[in-house]
Amino acid sequence: MSTENNAVRIEAKNVNFYYGNHQAIKNMSINFYDNKVTAFIGPSGCGKSTFIRLLNKMNDLVIGTRVEGNIFLDGDDILDKKIDVVKIRRKVGMVFQKPNPFPKTIFQNIAYGLEINGERNKKKIAQTVEESLRKAALWNEVKDRLHDNALKLSGGQQQRLCIARCLAVEPEVILFDEPCASLDPISTTKIEDLILELKKQYTIVIVTHNMQQAARVSDYTAFMYLGELIEFGPTSKVFTVPAEKKTEEYLSGKFG
Amino acid sequence: MINKSLKNKITEKLGFFIITLSVIITLFFLVSIIYLIFTKGFSVISWEFLTSVPRKGMTAGGVAPAIVGTFYLTVGAVLFALPLGLACAVYLNEYSPKGYIVNIIRMSINNLAGVPSVVFGLFGLAVFVKFLGFGVSILSGSLTLGILILPAIISASQEALMAVPRSIREASLALGATQWQTIRKTVIPAAVPGIMTGVILSVGRAAGETAPILFTAATFYKRGYPNSIFSEVMALPYHIYALMTEGTKPELQTPIAYGSALILLAIVLLISAIAIIIRNKYRSSYVH
Amino acid sequence: MKAALPPPPSKVTGGGGEILYSFKERTIKILFTVLAFASLFFLAGIVFVLFKESLPLFSEVKIFHFLFGKHWYPTYDPADFGVLPLILGSVWVTVGALVVCVPLGIGTALYVYELASARQRQILKPVIEILGGIPSIVYGFFGMLIVAPFVQKLFNIPTGLCALTASVVLGIMAIPTVASISEDALSFVPSSFREASFALGANRWQTLIKVIIPAAASGISTSVILGMSRVVGETMTVLMVSGGSAVIPGSFFDSVRPMTSAIAAEMGEAAVGSNHYHALFAIGLILFFITLIFNAAAEMISKKYRVKLGLDR
Repeated sequence: MSTENNAVRIEAKNVNFYYGNHQAIKNMSINFYDNKVTAFIGPSGCGKSTFIRLLNKMNDLVIGTRVEGNIFLDGDDILDKKIDVVKIRRKVGMVFQKPNPFPKTIFQNIAYGLEINGERNKKKIAQTVEESLRKAALWNEVKDRLHDNALKLSGGQQQRLCIARCLAVEPEVILFDEPCASLDPISTTKIEDLILELKKQYTIVIVTHNMQQAARVSDYTAFMYLGELIEFGPTSKVFTVPAEKKTEEYLSGKFG
Repeated sequence: MINKSLKNKITEKLGFFIITLSVIITLFFLVSIIYLIFTKGFSVISWEFLTSVPRKGMTAGGVAPAIVGTFYLTVGAVLFALPLGLACAVYLNEYSPKGYIVNIIRMSINNLAGVPSVVFGLFGLAVFVKFLGFGVSILSGSLTLGILILPAIISASQEALMAVPRSIREASLALGATQWQTIRKTVIPAAVPGIMTGVILSVGRAAGETAPILFTAATFYKRGYPNSIFSEVMALPYHIYALMTEGTKPELQTPIAYGSALILLAIVLLISAIAIIIRNKYRSSYVH
Repeated sequence: MKAALPPPPSKVTGGGGEILYSFKERTIKILFTVLAFASLFFLAGIVFVLFKESLPLFSEVKIFHFLFGKHWYPTYDPADFGVLPLILGSVWVTVGALVVCVPLGIGTALYVYELASARQRQILKPVIEILGGIPSIVYGFFGMLIVAPFVQKLFNIPTGLCALTASVVLGIMAIPTVASISEDALSFVPSSFREASFALGANRWQTLIKVIIPAAASGISTSVILGMSRVVGETMTVLMVSGGSAVIPGSFFDSVRPMTSAIAAEMGEAAVGSNHYHALFAIGLILFFITLIFNAAAEMISKKYRVKLGLDR
């Protein structure tokens, strides 16, 4: 598992993040590589979700926050105040903890990203909807009911729909924020298979509570504790011979 | 000890009896109003009553112009208040301005909601009828009623927008939608049933209001139907008032007033019932 | 390990497009900000108009005389603009209406909260809400045709159109307001209060009187104030049933002319720009401030209440 062959897609340098007076992220530096899955693990409230939400500027929505440092994506600093938020979010897609389809049809859910980009060509839209659903391994289950309300799908299907919706805007990076937290084991397996498939094309970052899941899907693992990045390295190494005592304690279930 | 617990029991029974009695009295009053107007008004209502103009100095004929006038005034009020109210709700809820701005706006909404309807009438008279020169007209009346229902439309829209889960907004923004795209294509469509409820309830309110149109739009008698927004109009509630207080032949005019009251009451009750049904259905179905 | 590059980013994010986008976004935001101030604009407009149209009166009539003058003869020559009879007319009618709507409204709220079955509640709540929407003209109509003759016969007085009739009709009209706001206040009381009281061996009535009602007291007083505000500002009903004599009332059987009905009845005859016209706007100003004070009081009380119950976090 060497890194030399893979370009760095995102480079975070000395990132600090505050909610009011509370510092949620402490001086974090980390790289994410093309075609690799990086998993964030750590106890609740350690800042892992907060950190990945910085990567597509979702924290901008929260009032009273402050951020320092740099996160480079394709040479642009995501944390630069002047950067176009919309442009970053189109490059960095996100799948949320709870499936959040729009209360619209399956088709409309996926076409949404294209329409906001000004795509009017109906044929192109239909084509992208099918491609995205195929990539998300949902096409066979929904191809006959594309015009049903998306809320009628099961939780697992809804989550794959959200993944398909994200793929349709052709991002470079996909962030998964505990994507299986509300799903049953079978749906979870499907999503994990999907992540392994998607990494062939995208840079993937996943936050998970489930250490087995991190071990199964990720190439790199980052362990965070109290807003700090304690350890970062190839997953096989972090899980078998952790360099830090805190990591070992967490993996063996001493806290969390 | 036994005595005390017996006493407690009796007090409880008595208390509950009084409470029950008050609900019965309340319902008796309110139901008897509706019952009376429906029974007395029903015999007056006919196709002719609904579709013809008043005749013989308001002692015969129908009330069609008053129905039409109320319709125009109400539609005009909504056309004015809905865009304004929705914009205000969107601003408060989606653009999350600074705290003190929210407070100022919220305070003015609350106070505007409490202004007596006759004061709206004075405002409409001074501003629309006189200052802007719209005269006593559909336009003046609609604008006055529009301001009157504005607070209700804002609150209903805001409630509806608040019910849209945050996760849906995040989903849209994470796809690279701008804030306005998110509002227009995701948040507002999801809030439509709630906004509709508010609008319908306001329509009911606007249709029944009399005081604001007294000096701004309404006329006791008008030959034929209004032909422009600058015409003065007959309106159902004002028609009832005029028949009861300015008529010369009460024995002929009271039945017409009953008929008009029935139509007005039926419109208002139907409208609010529809709104409440939509709201209940929407509330129960939106959880996912 | 092949280093396949991800697909190129979408096309719209070109340089010029972004600037255009953010310009549009900002323009829309500014537009919405402006529209959001509509309520403030209209409220300020109402205050401005009321002042502007009533101030000319006070160059000829002293404010003190206007507020405390005992005679309202706007069309006499010389005219007399003493608004006290109208203010007292409003006071009598409002107090009378409270006697009707407070016990019945709160009683109804308590029934819905404590005694109604789930099914009854499901019916009662929308029914009360719908009844609150009955136009005031319908109440006035009902008052004129049913309540007034009934009062006349019952007390053997020359006319049924008097303060008493107006009070009863307005009181009935305000019941839904009082009932629904009180019921909201009751239902906001945390159920833990109730359970704690039961656990101490109190019965339902004791719990209601000693725990629930005190906890909801400010919400209930808010409902009363808002009901009062509605009654004071009500126009058509009083115009039709209060009788209309602009004299200081001596009893509930006297005919009265509350402020709202004076405006509604006389504006049609007052020549624009005349003292009478300005005096009617001045009455509007008084009304506006009365309801403003009521609403501010209601707001303050309900805010305090929310903090007390820990709902304002």
